[in-house]
Amino acid sequence: MDAAVTVTDLVVHRGRRRVLHGLSATLPRGQVTGLLGPSGSGKTTLMRALVGVQVVRSGSVSVLGETAGSPGLRARVGYVTQAPSVYADLTVRENARYFAALYGVGAAAADAALADVGLTDAAGQLVTDLSGGQQGRVSLACALVGVPELLVLDEPTVGLDPVLRVELWARFHALAAAGTTLIVSSHVMDEAGRCDRLLLIREGRLLSDSTPQELRARTGTEDLEAAFLTLVRTAEETAA
Amino acid sequence: MTAATLPRRTAPAAPHPPGGLRLTAATAARVLRQLRHDHRTVAMMLVLPSALLGLLYLLWADLPTVPGQPSTFDRVGLTMLGIFPFVVMFLVTSIAMLRERASGTLERLLTTPLSRPALLLGYGLAFGLAAAAQAVVTVSVATIGYDLDVAGPVYLVVLIAVVDAVLGVALGLLASAFARSEFQAVQFMPVIVLPQFFLCGLLVPREQMAGWLQAVSDVLPLTYAVEALQEVGASAGASGTMWVDVAVVAGAALLALGAAAATLRRRTS
Repeated sequence: MDAAVTVTDLVVHRGRRRVLHGLSATLPRGQVTGLLGPSGSGKTTLMRALVGVQVVRSGSVSVLGETAGSPGLRARVGYVTQAPSVYADLTVRENARYFAALYGVGAAAADAALADVGLTDAAGQLVTDLSGGQQGRVSLACALVGVPELLVLDEPTVGLDPVLRVELWARFHALAAAGTTLIVSSHVMDEAGRCDRLLLIREGRLLSDSTPQELRARTGTEDLEAAFLTLVRTAEETAA
Repeated sequence: MTAATLPRRTAPAAPHPPGGLRLTAATAARVLRQLRHDHRTVAMMLVLPSALLGLLYLLWADLPTVPGQPSTFDRVGLTMLGIFPFVVMFLVTSIAMLRERASGTLERLLTTPLSRPALLLGYGLAFGLAAAAQAVVTVSVATIGYDLDVAGPVYLVVLIAVVDAVLGVALGLLASAFARSEFQAVQFMPVIVLPQFFLCGLLVPREQMAGWLQAVSDVLPLTYAVEALQEVGASAGASGTMWVDVAVVAGAALLALGAAAATLRRRTS
């Protein structure tokens, strides 16, 4: 089976700084891939490149068999930014219905997406009156509504209580089981264990691409945070 | 939201790519919904031009008029009916677009099937409709309340006001592409609006201007909007000059929308 996403030698500059240094990676279809690394490591930049809103210096990004950002992909890829990007002055339902209209699906799909993130009861409220975590879920619902084949989620669980976090991860795995490819960024290592595959990046370079099990085996530790630190130290020793 | 009930939805078998017109309409409806939640803005949009026009009416109310010539209020008031919607819609649109940018919704929209022209036309449609409501209120108050004399049909005044508003929307969308902050966006208003206002022929008749100022005035769209209003004010029927003027303003609005679509970058650094 071909990969959902293939990134080849991707170089991205933001301002004068080189953020991604010739990064290459592949994402398998129908899996949850975690994108982990410290803040400032280039996670968001990579995600922006996947959805085609990032100016790229060199290299290529292929998504679902097409060049990232091509018109044909826009109905097939859902993107949830780190900060909730929905209309604060509209109600939850109005937001979901607008994005449903953009993806060419009906109001019923909008209501279903709200039910999926547990916001049916808040549907009539203005987004500005919701908590930060609820606003994040509205943002997620507006991406789920189009039933995308690839879902790009930038730190979707920040600011959520543990119960909701567990529920959202269950939702991600259910989506993957139904065939959706997900890439989820996080800087919380305890979420790494929930991913089918892990991409660890640091300072714009891919440090590791493996399953959590392989990573544990390779570094000889059960703790993924410790495993990550081991990889960083090894990389630094090699560089020195 | 429990895992047990999932998965239950699958991707649509053959997703129909929604047409540009439907997406334009959906976007216009969304912008109008945002407006509807903001009662104070709606009230100000509808009432403010009439109130300001009332101030002008009172300013000249007790001054004698030259017999055989239109009163100053008839001349200035009529022109202001075209300038208010232009200024208001320019400001509202440039701020609205800047909010899209700052809130991240613009970047998100650019990852959806919504095309850039459809997005901008949606804004034009929404604020054009808002301008129509504003123009109906202002023109009604002006002709009934302030005895503004218009020789031609009043509906043409409304039409010109709406076309003018759409020009304001289009220039607002274009200007917002060059503004990085609200401070900059607000200051584009005097840059874009005041020169057009000074040179449109209201303060000094165009034929009395220095040649080069008249040439500048010739290429500014507001000049044609003001001329169209003066035509309606002076003649009972719709004159050919008026239709040419309206076409020029509408063409300038389309040109500005096209330029705004071209300057709106999907990919940013």
